Amino acid sequence: MTPLALIGRFATYLLLSVAAFISIFPFFWMIVGASNTSADIIRGKSSPGGALFDNIAKFVNSFDMVRVLFNSFLIAGLGTALTLLIASMAGYGFEMFRSRFREKIFGGLLLMLSIPFAALMIPLFMLMANFKIINTYQAVILPGIASIFIIFYFRQASKAFPSELRDAAKIDGLKEWQIFLYVYMPVMRSTYAAATIIVFMNNWNSYLWPLIVLQTNEMKTLTLAVATLAAGYTPDFGVIMVGAIAATLPTLIIFFLLQRRFVEGMLGAVK
Amino acid sequence: MPALVLLGIFMVYPILWSLWMSFQVGRGMNFSFGGLANIIRLTQDTVFIRALTNTLLFLAVQVPVMLVLALLFANALNDSKLWGRGFFRTAIFLPCVTSLVAYSVIFKSIFAIDGIANQTLLALHLIADPINWLSDPFYARVVVILAITWRWTGYNMIFYLAAMQNIDRSIYEAAKIDGVPAWARFWYITVPMLKPVILFTSVISTIGTLQLFDEVNLLTMGGPSDATLTLSLYIYNLSFKFMPSFGYAATVSYVIVVLVGILSFIQFVAARDRRA
Repeated sequence: MTPLALIGRFATYLLLSVAAFISIFPFFWMIVGASNTSADIIRGKSSPGGALFDNIAKFVNSFDMVRVLFNSFLIAGLGTALTLLIASMAGYGFEMFRSRFREKIFGGLLLMLSIPFAALMIPLFMLMANFKIINTYQAVILPGIASIFIIFYFRQASKAFPSELRDAAKIDGLKEWQIFLYVYMPVMRSTYAAATIIVFMNNWNSYLWPLIVLQTNEMKTLTLAVATLAAGYTPDFGVIMVGAIAATLPTLIIFFLLQRRFVEGMLGAVK
Repeated sequence: MPALVLLGIFMVYPILWSLWMSFQVGRGMNFSFGGLANIIRLTQDTVFIRALTNTLLFLAVQVPVMLVLALLFANALNDSKLWGRGFFRTAIFLPCVTSLVAYSVIFKSIFAIDGIANQTLLALHLIADPINWLSDPFYARVVVILAITWRWTGYNMIFYLAAMQNIDRSIYEAAKIDGVPAWARFWYITVPMLKPVILFTSVISTIGTLQLFDEVNLLTMGGPSDATLTLSLYIYNLSFKFMPSFGYAATVSYVIVVLVGILSFIQFVAARDRRA
């Protein structure tokens, strides 16, 4: 190895190590923080303390936690399942069926992707008010499930789906929905895995829209509950850290479970 | 196609509705047609100008820094001989899985006045006095930029990494045999090959930053004295915090639409030019 290449190597490791440290440090901070009192956390104490169980107890008692967790899992889970189903059907449809308007409609969709949520917030809220479903699960889930980004993602990935498979299945007498269910879905496993991570993450962490449509404490999600705890003038950081861990754990677990397929799935989509 | 029906109800209809609303004036539920009144109000609204400047500032600083970092990390991690690849990749992606609320709170505690950030900087003698991160207009902006960069760099990195793995290895081998140095291989092979993905991530990041809401609302509430107020936060305040003025809020939101349109167009043109 030439000296120059050696320096390059060293710089690479240095850069990556610093990046990895900065990426991981807040996680470490959150875990240590959960065991310290609020005053210690603000004072920057970075060693474990003895307040863990106290913080957990305070956190659990500050809300109807069972209900809050149920809300979060229901909204994120159902939302993810519906989004994946609808978006993958749309992506499949766009790729498989040729029609005169296909590219025009798709172009229109991409244009809509650039419309910020802020622009839709108020009309959507009024729409929900007209349907009389403010403060319900439907109101939180429905607007998100036709995600243009995920449709786009599935369409890109569907380009890699071999059309011979579809033709063969057709000759065998399978109907379109059967092809989709028994051929397309298993073949596209990795794509679904990557999309699951992204969609679940977005749903689980979503803040602005639930903040607007969910108005009573019984309907709050974990994200909203932690935000409420953090909003006061003297937030109890120890308790909030427990909440932050609770709010991060599900997405973290899903990510680690699906990690291998995740990169594979992304690979298919950017081809 | 159920997706199109849903999009019709939850996208097209609200889009048209908010366009109609942007020409309405009045408070609460009393509307009347105001013509261009809202647009005239925009030009005289100092809070709006402030929010617009802040949003553009965040965009101009954060998006390029983040995308360059993501590209560098991805390039380093694409080297199959790199030791600890899996670890670095997971570590750098990890911030993406945290909830916005969780990481905002964590950043808030790290950047408290006698928090760990100040203590470290003091210990290293990089600063003489503790910085009042969240109450100083300049440093509050710095913290917001740090926070979004922390959270989203790994996300973009994954797109680049996936795209890099689609590049044919033999191109690099050939360049290596011809004696092309590593930086030149990166600049003349990797970057041009990734152009579509870079365009995609820059459009997505631009849209995301122009809609920045969660972080500023949780970290600083737009303060101190509107130093971190963004357009989305202003729209939210206009519609839900004070006496609602939906019409004017809708007008402000169309400012974002127009900005996204202009910037995406510029990015597409820039990408096309470099190809020629």
